[in-house]
Amino acid sequence: MNRLVAFYQSSIGKKITMSLTGLFLCTFLVEHLVGNLLLFVGDGGESFDAYSEFMAGNFVIRTIEFVLLFGFLGHIVSGYLVWRKNRTSRSTDYEVYRLNENSPIWSRNTMLTGSIVFIFLVIHLRTFFLPLRFDDPTPSPYFLVVQAFTNGWYCAFYVFALILLAYHLRHGFQAAMQTLGLRNSRYEGLINAIGAIFWLLIPLGFASMPIYFYFFHTMSNAAMALGAL
Amino acid sequence: MKITLKVWRQKNAASEGRFETYVSNTVSEHMSFLELLDVVNIDLVKQGLEPIAFDHDCREGICGSCGLMINGRAHGPGKGIATCQLHMRSFKDGDEIVVEPWRANPFPVLKDLVVDRRSFDRIMQAGGYISVKTGGAPDGNALPVPHDHAEKAFDAAACIGCGACVAACPNSSAMLFVAAKVSQLALLPQGHAERADRALNMVEQMDKEGFGNCSNNYACEAECPKGISVDNIARLNREFLRATVVK
Ligand code: SF4
Ligand code: FES
Repeated sequence: MNRLVAFYQSSIGKKITMSLTGLFLCTFLVEHLVGNLLLFVGDGGESFDAYSEFMAGNFVIRTIEFVLLFGFLGHIVSGYLVWRKNRTSRSTDYEVYRLNENSPIWSRNTMLTGSIVFIFLVIHLRTFFLPLRFDDPTPSPYFLVVQAFTNGWYCAFYVFALILLAYHLRHGFQAAMQTLGLRNSRYEGLINAIGAIFWLLIPLGFASMPIYFYFFHTMSNAAMALGAL
Repeated sequence: MKITLKVWRQKNAASEGRFETYVSNTVSEHMSFLELLDVVNIDLVKQGLEPIAFDHDCREGICGSCGLMINGRAHGPGKGIATCQLHMRSFKDGDEIVVEPWRANPFPVLKDLVVDRRSFDRIMQAGGYISVKTGGAPDGNALPVPHDHAEKAFDAAACIGCGACVAACPNSSAMLFVAAKVSQLALLPQGHAERADRALNMVEQMDKEGFGNCSNNYACEAECPKGISVDNIARLNREFLRATVVK
């Protein structure tokens, strides 16, 4: 027990916790995205609703939901502690400090990108997760998606948050590899390529949904309006 | 060349500091940055003023004492050089140059541009050594060392303890320094006996000194005068994890 406490108290221990929880959250993103692709089936949401119902009713999935909650908590708490400590290590700032010349911008703003992604997460849960779990009668998940994604402001914020998620993961994936001791300059290219799946493809995949629904529905509404003329 | 220097002046550790501006018209592009400070100091002494205090010793990039923050870059612009190896040809006639000491709480300013880097010494005392019994010298070939391990250990051993990694890091993290020192010994058979203790104790001391947590920005690697690779930080992370499990 003492050993575990000492591990978590150390700088590296907290960062290893961040890395493991971060990678776990990445696997969750993959699952979430694959499931959401059912939105594109074009059957008026039938498969998507069936999938959501299965997820909500499955005991294993409900258990994993708790693990996921702890994953988020572990990542956020460790991230906050690391950030707080880092703010106290230099009391006098430099007059001139050219970080742009020696490090990438996404690596220096993970707290900011992470915080905005967190706000997004709360709104996201409010829009989809809470009504599906607690509203009576349970609304159709597909209906909730259409309702949210035909709202221009909601779509804009959604896409904005995904861009920040991309920045967060642009740093996060390779940083997790480094902190777990799995990164090496010899195969940096490979790590960056795998990282690109997470920071590029996944946010793109998620962003395609609001964009698709916004334009698809706006256009079909316009077509209907034209037809009524 | 004409150079305007904006230099941090601070009487002692307890006093408040401020920037002072000095202009020198007699700068040659062949001068090193420390020679520029020498020239400015000669003027100051002639005027009966206190010369600028700065640390230096070898003036050839091997002692690690000369670190300065120059225009927002540790050891100034350029790659793989210490401040003493920076030449005025890296600047233009008429430039204004801002010179500051390393800024990190574990490196308190003693005077002007001189900081106290003894926190590094205390990290070394916590485990940056091997314990050997004195006695007859062992046969040099008795301990097999794989060639690539020797190379990597040698690369890590190139660290001169200058502190530029800490100074450049937005978190004032000392991970590159500690990683270099841990790697150097972990890679060689002589270092194996104390391998786990070394990783745990040096990291513990590093945290105790108040250095920040590494957030994998790699600004340290970019500014290190000896090109110490962040691969060493990955190795330190492995060593620490391994030590936590095996100890
Ligand atoms: S790792 Fe590089 S920058 Fe850091 S103390 Fe050693 S030589 Fe200086
Ligand atoms: S004076 Fe020795 S490294 Fe610069």
